[in-house]
Amino acid sequence: MPKTIVCDGNEAAAWGVALSRPDMVAVYPITPQSSLAEYISQFVADGIIKADLMDVEGEHSVLSVLQGACLAGARTFTASCGQGLAFMFEPYFRTPQLRLPIVMSIVTRDGITPQCVWGGQQDAMTVKEVGWIHMYCENAQEILDTIVMAYKIAEHRDVMLPVNVNHDGNYLSYGVERVELPDQEDVDAFLGEKNTNWHVALDPERPMGVDPLTGGAGGPGVSMFVRYRKGACQAMQNALGVITEVHEEWGKKFGRFHPPLIEEYRMEGAEYALITIGGMSGAAKDAIDIAREAGEKVGAIRIKTFRPFPVESLRKGLSKVKAVGVVDRAVNFGWNSGPVFQEILSTLYFLEKRIPALSFIGGLAGSDITVDHFARAIDQTKEVLLKGDLVRETIWLNEND
Amino acid sequence: MRKQAKKPFDQSMIPNDLCPIATDFSVLITGDWRAERPVVLREKCVKCATCWGYCPTQCIVEKEKWFEANLEICKGCGVCARECPHNAIIMIEEQED
Repeated sequence: MPKTIVCDGNEAAAWGVALSRPDMVAVYPITPQSSLAEYISQFVADGIIKADLMDVEGEHSVLSVLQGACLAGARTFTASCGQGLAFMFEPYFRTPQLRLPIVMSIVTRDGITPQCVWGGQQDAMTVKEVGWIHMYCENAQEILDTIVMAYKIAEHRDVMLPVNVNHDGNYLSYGVERVELPDQEDVDAFLGEKNTNWHVALDPERPMGVDPLTGGAGGPGVSMFVRYRKGACQAMQNALGVITEVHEEWGKKFGRFHPPLIEEYRMEGAEYALITIGGMSGAAKDAIDIAREAGEKVGAIRIKTFRPFPVESLRKGLSKVKAVGVVDRAVNFGWNSGPVFQEILSTLYFLEKRIPALSFIGGLAGSDITVDHFARAIDQTKEVLLKGDLVRETIWLNEND
Repeated sequence: MRKQAKKPFDQSMIPNDLCPIATDFSVLITGDWRAERPVVLREKCVKCATCWGYCPTQCIVEKEKWFEANLEICKGCGVCARECPHNAIIMIEEQED
């Protein structure tokens, strides 16, 4: 029988790791990920996780030892965020192109400076372009389930890419909820046999040079480099289908059908919509319910999979509406708007008709995006719907809090 | 360069657009990059092997009474000439063929 527990998002993540039976875990603590590292350490100490736990001297080494472990055939896990993720960036950049199916939680945190230790999605949004799969969770149950699913996605032979399972620091990391623990035998059957190094290995039985010098301006390296880049891009596109299949399989086996790419919420007959990502989505749905009760034709779309970007699913979702408001928990400094907003602008290019789009930024450095904030975002999105303004200045939701 | 007897791993069994791997010795002739070549002054060389130890490409070859660089591999970095305690190695500019 599946067991039901009450725990926060970081513990839910640790249970997801335990059920996935990793061979090696390496961690370095950083707020708000620290308790996740502590839960895993405790689980290893208690024999719940039978893995080698590497307590190394920093995040650069964390990911580097996991690369070695993965090349030796291990299933691996780590978690980080914020400045730790920044320090990890060198091996982070390399992992997807080595095609190593490592799973890592980003317990998202705002970027410094100003000095802060609180939630935000600036860290994950800053590293979105180097080839990791990024999935954002909305609640503790989804965190647990997505971590297990992440291994199946990462290790799929048409994908072979590392996966970040992201959950909001503070709100999800420390928020306590009811969580169902699936049975170990069912998870074992779901994940099947692992093979993380069939394609590249540190193995005396299969000696090979790993990642030799490739590229240059002449010779065979030119086309080889292109081939590897195209391979990684294709794997990302393959992941869209694999993520969908794996979520479907999870739903059939465990009865919880999480949206694989995007979640449409009350989009039937909607004339305008909000786009959300991560833990904020619960408050957004409450605001949508209230607006619907007042007769507003508004819905919401939550982005679960942000990398690869589910452009076709979003195109379909957005083709139903005449205006869209995008709520970000991070800043795109180059565009004076939110990073998800930029992705939505690109998506709108695929619609037949241009529609007004508004960028909202809220929830920075731990601040709350409340139902009232979302209610205001709904009002302002309706205003551009009525006036037809294609371009408006970014709205900072917590500016006057 | 030594011939490789048999490929240690059959690369053709996996897709060729995953992680870059190498199962053949490289055919890259790094000696092509050289602007200056090391020349060993045989009368000064005492075979102390300092050059052999320092060479970053490990291209120093042992002869009966001296060491010298394998010029197919040597990039001409000059580390051997700099480190030789007997000043037995000089760097001379490569000429066009």
